[in-house]
Amino acid sequence: MKVVLRNQGREVELRGRRRVRELLAELGVLPETVLVIRGRDLLTVDEVVGEDDVLELRPVISGGLR
Amino acid sequence: MKCRKCGGRAVLELRRHNTAFCGPDFVTFFRHHVLETVRRWRMFTTDESVLVAVSGGKDSLALWDVLHEGGYRTTGLYIDLGIFDYSRASKARCEAFAAERGLPLRVVAVAEEMGAAIPAVRDATRRPTCSACGLSKRYIMNRAALEGGFPVVATGHNLDDEAATLFGSTLRWDESALARQMPVLGATHAKLARRVKPLFRMSERETAAYAFLRGIDYIVEECPFARGATSIMHKELLNRLEDTSPGSKAMFLQGFLDKARGLFQEREPVVLMECVRCGQTTTGEICAFCKLRDQVKRAMRPTERTAAAVDLPSTEDPPSARGLISDFHAASEIHAP
Repeated sequence: MKVVLRNQGREVELRGRRRVRELLAELGVLPETVLVIRGRDLLTVDEVVGEDDVLELRPVISGGLR
Repeated sequence: MKCRKCGGRAVLELRRHNTAFCGPDFVTFFRHHVLETVRRWRMFTTDESVLVAVSGGKDSLALWDVLHEGGYRTTGLYIDLGIFDYSRASKARCEAFAAERGLPLRVVAVAEEMGAAIPAVRDATRRPTCSACGLSKRYIMNRAALEGGFPVVATGHNLDDEAATLFGSTLRWDESALARQMPVLGATHAKLARRVKPLFRMSERETAAYAFLRGIDYIVEECPFARGATSIMHKELLNRLEDTSPGSKAMFLQGFLDKARGLFQEREPVVLMECVRCGQTTTGEICAFCKLRDQVKRAMRPTERTAAAVDLPSTEDPPSARGLISDFHAASEIHAP
């Protein structure tokens, strides 16, 4: 599967199926800090993602003095 | 995971509420909480015109969407910070959002008010960029509200923003900042608009999910000057805590508002005057914005001033302000729910 990490400006290719929860742990991303997007869909951490999936990890944290 | 309401497939888990929702039920849940916050904290009524400070980011556009759908009379205010492509992109998002809904949007450029856009202000002063930017935004928001006849300005500050600010203020035991940490800052002077934060109970992730599910085209990229900001580090720390103990951020902020804020209220009311230069409120003779403008003017050669003001028409990210113009803050009083 292809995982696009928007906040880090990089993409990673991973093999095999796994739950989103495991994927995030593997990439060292806290679930609270991203939306996990597949196409036009949001995924919860218990969803299983597989080889053909393209996922976006979209950061939700804004910074600076707002 | 199943939606708590309809039993369908959930798209968002809310661990702090020990629940999950499908898209439509989450949108309903989110709107209900925001509108309930507006009413409970008496932020404004449907009879009042609300100036919504928008940056093109998820928070402010989600807020504008909720208020508009909730039947409130809203006008957007976009403050063009002149931060190169970032500002151009964020301004375009705001204009598209307003045009799609037929809503009015006002645009004010920092370069026109300050004589230079934020990047040039950054180069001309020793003040941290986020600080100068926040000061400028608060000043412009208030002035735009007064000149446009808006009694209230709404900003997109969310739970994570407020919890991180509280965390930073507590680390420093900054009593005056703690006294100002409120979702409603009242108008304590004829030249101050009320400032409110209707999203203060909604987490940053919830706000992002709402914007995504509503199909709002917001700017995902962060302001280039915000990289490495202390507030982001504080948010990361709080999110680690949240991961281990869901609900920590809300408990930290709500506990402060319920139990501790009263301890930091200023005992003596702050006396406000009008700036001799611009007429806006200040605790001294000249307001902080005019002082900064003077500083920028002194630091720049005439040719640079012209270039900075003319060549950089743009904007920035999320709207708002978190406590800077000390004059404004000091002037604000608290409205309890």
